Amino acid sequence: MTQAIRIKGGRVYDPLNGLDGVVKDLCIQDGKIVEECDGSAEVIDAENLVIFPGGVDVHTHIASPAVNSARALRPEDHRLLCCPRKPGMRSGVGLTVPSTFTTGYLYSRLGYTTVIEAATPPIGTRHTHEELNDVPMVDKGCLLLMGNNEFILGYLKSGEMDKIKRYIAWLLHSLKGFGLKLVNPGGVEQWKYGKDVEGLDDKVNHFDVTPRQIMQAVTWVNEELGLPHSIHIHANRLGVPGNYEVTLETMRALEGKRVHMAHVQFHSYGGDDYVSMTSKAKELTDYINRHPNVTVDVGQVVFGDATTITADGPWQYRLHKLTKNKWYNHDVEVETGSGIVPYTYREKNNVNALQWAIGLETFLLIKDPWRVFLSTDHPNGGPFLYYPWVIKLLMDAEFRSQMLKRVHKHVLTRTLLPKLSREYSLYEIAIITRAGPARALGLRNKGHLGPGADADIAIYAEAKDKEEMFDRAVYVLKDGKIVVRDGEVVQSVPGRTIFADVPADDDLTNELREKFEKYYTVEIGNFPIPLEELPLHQAVPTHQSA
Amino acid sequence: MTAVKEKEAVKELTVVKDVTCPFCGVTCDDLEVHVDNGKIVEVKNACVLGKDTFLHHLEGLSTPRIDGKPATIDECIEAAADILVKAKYPLIYGLDSTELYAHRKAIELADILGANIDHTSSVCHAPSLQAVQTVGLPSCTVGEVKNRADLVIFWGCNPAEAHPRHPTRYSVTVKGMFTPAGRKDRKVIHVDVRRTPTSRMADAFIQIKPHSDYEVFSTLAALVNGHDLDVPEVGGVPLQEWRDMVELMKEAKFGILYWGMGLTMTRGKYLNIVALLRLCQELNRFTKFLAAPLRGHGNVVGMAQVLTWQTGFPFAVNMSRGYPRFNPGEFSVADLLGRGEIDAAFIIAADAVGNFPAKAAEHLKSIPLIAVDPKESETTKVAKVVIPVAQAAVAAPGVAYRMDHIPLPMKKVVDSPYPSDREVLERLIARVLEKQKDGQGGRGRARG
Amino acid sequence: MSKPFVLITGRSTKQGRTIHLGKEAKEYIEEISTLEMNPADMQALQVKDGDRVRISTKHGSSVVRCKKGTVPPGLLFVAYGHFVNALVGPDTQGTGMPDTKGFQVEVTRDDGG
Repeated sequence: MTQAIRIKGGRVYDPLNGLDGVVKDLCIQDGKIVEECDGSAEVIDAENLVIFPGGVDVHTHIASPAVNSARALRPEDHRLLCCPRKPGMRSGVGLTVPSTFTTGYLYSRLGYTTVIEAATPPIGTRHTHEELNDVPMVDKGCLLLMGNNEFILGYLKSGEMDKIKRYIAWLLHSLKGFGLKLVNPGGVEQWKYGKDVEGLDDKVNHFDVTPRQIMQAVTWVNEELGLPHSIHIHANRLGVPGNYEVTLETMRALEGKRVHMAHVQFHSYGGDDYVSMTSKAKELTDYINRHPNVTVDVGQVVFGDATTITADGPWQYRLHKLTKNKWYNHDVEVETGSGIVPYTYREKNNVNALQWAIGLETFLLIKDPWRVFLSTDHPNGGPFLYYPWVIKLLMDAEFRSQMLKRVHKHVLTRTLLPKLSREYSLYEIAIITRAGPARALGLRNKGHLGPGADADIAIYAEAKDKEEMFDRAVYVLKDGKIVVRDGEVVQSVPGRTIFADVPADDDLTNELREKFEKYYTVEIGNFPIPLEELPLHQAVPTHQSA
Repeated sequence: MTAVKEKEAVKELTVVKDVTCPFCGVTCDDLEVHVDNGKIVEVKNACVLGKDTFLHHLEGLSTPRIDGKPATIDECIEAAADILVKAKYPLIYGLDSTELYAHRKAIELADILGANIDHTSSVCHAPSLQAVQTVGLPSCTVGEVKNRADLVIFWGCNPAEAHPRHPTRYSVTVKGMFTPAGRKDRKVIHVDVRRTPTSRMADAFIQIKPHSDYEVFSTLAALVNGHDLDVPEVGGVPLQEWRDMVELMKEAKFGILYWGMGLTMTRGKYLNIVALLRLCQELNRFTKFLAAPLRGHGNVVGMAQVLTWQTGFPFAVNMSRGYPRFNPGEFSVADLLGRGEIDAAFIIAADAVGNFPAKAAEHLKSIPLIAVDPKESETTKVAKVVIPVAQAAVAAPGVAYRMDHIPLPMKKVVDSPYPSDREVLERLIARVLEKQKDGQGGRGRARG
Repeated sequence: MSKPFVLITGRSTKQGRTIHLGKEAKEYIEEISTLEMNPADMQALQVKDGDRVRISTKHGSSVVRCKKGTVPPGLLFVAYGHFVNALVGPDTQGTGMPDTKGFQVEVTRDDGG
């Protein structure tokens, strides 16, 4: 047994347990929240402080082959933030693509304790885990890229649905993936010969299948395997004016299924081109409000430097042609693609201002906070470091109207933002940054403060300026250990790697051997990642294994 | 040998499959290593270079010593820690022929010491990394080349000798998803200043004048963009040949240009590659056209990966301010040594003295030098402290990176009496932290 | 007599193989101290296969054995190793990379033995 901790007298916001600012003591023992602790417990005086569950980021890019290529690509980024070494901690740099240790410390300072790396190519997942092993302070999992996997496309073509299911399960088990991600399904396969798809019913080169079929198949597998998290979708046509119709069509194609639409802001555009671009947040949020099977993260744009990193190769090429910025592309055999383009969002730029406003519209128009989650699609819409600024925009209508005076005037006529007076409460912020994402991810021990929950806790000092309030936590506890005090990391702790508990299928290994030899360049025996490569890990039960 | 003994010997024979070769960046992972009574007796599937890596792993081994006198490993580590904590501007260098965890620990050591850390990329493909930082890189994993490439250009590189199985596994003769006929489905061109065995694999060899690469890439880019030039030849090659090449490039469904040190080590350095990359990026207006460096002696790509994720930068990192800074020319190893700034060096898994320009090597010989290497080298010959280790991928496990950033597990196939690189580094870090605590640091910066 | 040449270094299969025998090994030393030269240049220098020549830059010089090669006139090749490194200067033009390939050298017959 470790030393018990009592957090005394704080106002607790714990939406999963229905606590809305209730003054209550919290007891911690052996890294878990417990009902009671005795008088020998160490006391944290939380009077006048606000207690949240530790933050849960449902969609971020902090570790993957592409993220690391982005770091190497952007030395100019790294002078913007330097984090010197301290005893027991490591140094690092980087604002939009921080180095690994720094990433952990920065998330922790904000009060985050769990993050999901939203895209890893299967063959690069050993890399992703190795990087995640060097991201301290947070528990972490990764989503495997699926939407353009040529084995899946081939099985789909020949109608072998059961094979798709077994193959995906095999990948999850072999690679210790947490969930499944679709990125521009079909479009990235087209990109391998320099093309893209326009809509859900375009045929994909050679395989003769459509984005619609791919999405439906992988979503079906996701449900069949009972994965903790729903299918996680980066829809076709990201960033392109007029794309909202494809986004709507995507949701309709998966009606009735659990679906997470990633960075929906980037998929909510009307207009024919970037000059006539308008917001279609109303149309999309109307649909989302009527369909409780859908969750979204926003992909909010914050002004300033960003690095766009995505498996959506064709989009990155388009962005390179638009901006003339440097362009990195890395297509991955059998599986997917990826691209990187540095980007700066400007207040006075028509498109950027609209993107900023559309994100906020999405937050404010979705009525059920349990289905909309805070993200900047870090670092695509800007660094996660600016989450507190986004929170301020959501909680402070007056601050929004000040911003509206600064940004490009198209926001006033082409979005509903000026008309929206809703202000998020602290309770709702606790939902969109903790409770909601934890629920959508199927992490029962996260995002709440009830007995049995992991003692991942963020404690803030309430302030009128919400950006200031959430910029640095007063305390952060990770697994019951105090890791942040007065906004500074005081102790580095390693986080766990979480993955879906999917059973092995050794028969399939033999069946896949020939395909591997023909189309991959690695031996199938070297493809799986044994658990020993993940020093701290935890299998999350599926609906099947639970 | 009696019949009975022979039988026993057969029993002792173990066959290790899917073994990853540590020699070059092709990182073949299909080797079959036969071990008889703890000795490697046969290596299947490997090229000659890989085969010899395993078969001769016991030849030329180093021994533990301090100032030329035999010492225990513990004594060596103690002496190394002493040197490092007393140094004001130490260098950690090498790290190609080792594995991921050792990379991690070497960087941690640099962080703790406030040292400079650099690796063999610095004198190999660092200009390529700088070029990528300037304009980006349109690229792919080698399997994409296997499955799709119908035009393969080797420029200033010699895979036939430096990366022998690249052509057969990934780029020339191999059959793939959309290249079912293998070699027949591909056009292969070699461009270089001299004929090499690589020229023999190619459909065409174009011999250009030394130092004309930048000019030639610029010419090709102009032609790609529809500008014709009024010159008879560029780089010693008739303009018409370049016009033909541009047509080939545009007509290809999937083209790839591999480059090597013929571009990184010659005049212009990274600018040669900037011109190459801009050309390949431009070609994507017409077709799929990618490029990739032929990288890797050993696991140098892995070191660049770990250094990047831990410090933000791929090479030439300085920690003297307590956080990583990057500046080629200032913090790169050849310059630090050439200017004589380094006052102690920790060289691991590379032969710095044997590979550096004379002046840099001379400086290394003049300062306290620690060499961690399974084999004797020019560096161990002059080092104050020599620490032998188990060779990664032969006698120590780990992870290696292929040239296209794909990580693969390295196996331990035989035992070694010596600790692995990672164990040496872990023990060294522990000693350094203790000494810093005791205030033995040269700058009195006991920050551990 | 002496004549300016452009020297290229690089990997060779033999260098890659013999390095495993140890850097002291005769085979390795032999490979990294062999200079490939165009036959016409050899004739002009009056050297034949196996003759010793001195290659020099302002940074240093090495004595190597000359061998007929497929290199074009004016170009020389020696496999990577300390014999050529002795000739390379420390300047990197701010890139970190010394001029390791394609630098000017002078070649003279070495009649010293």
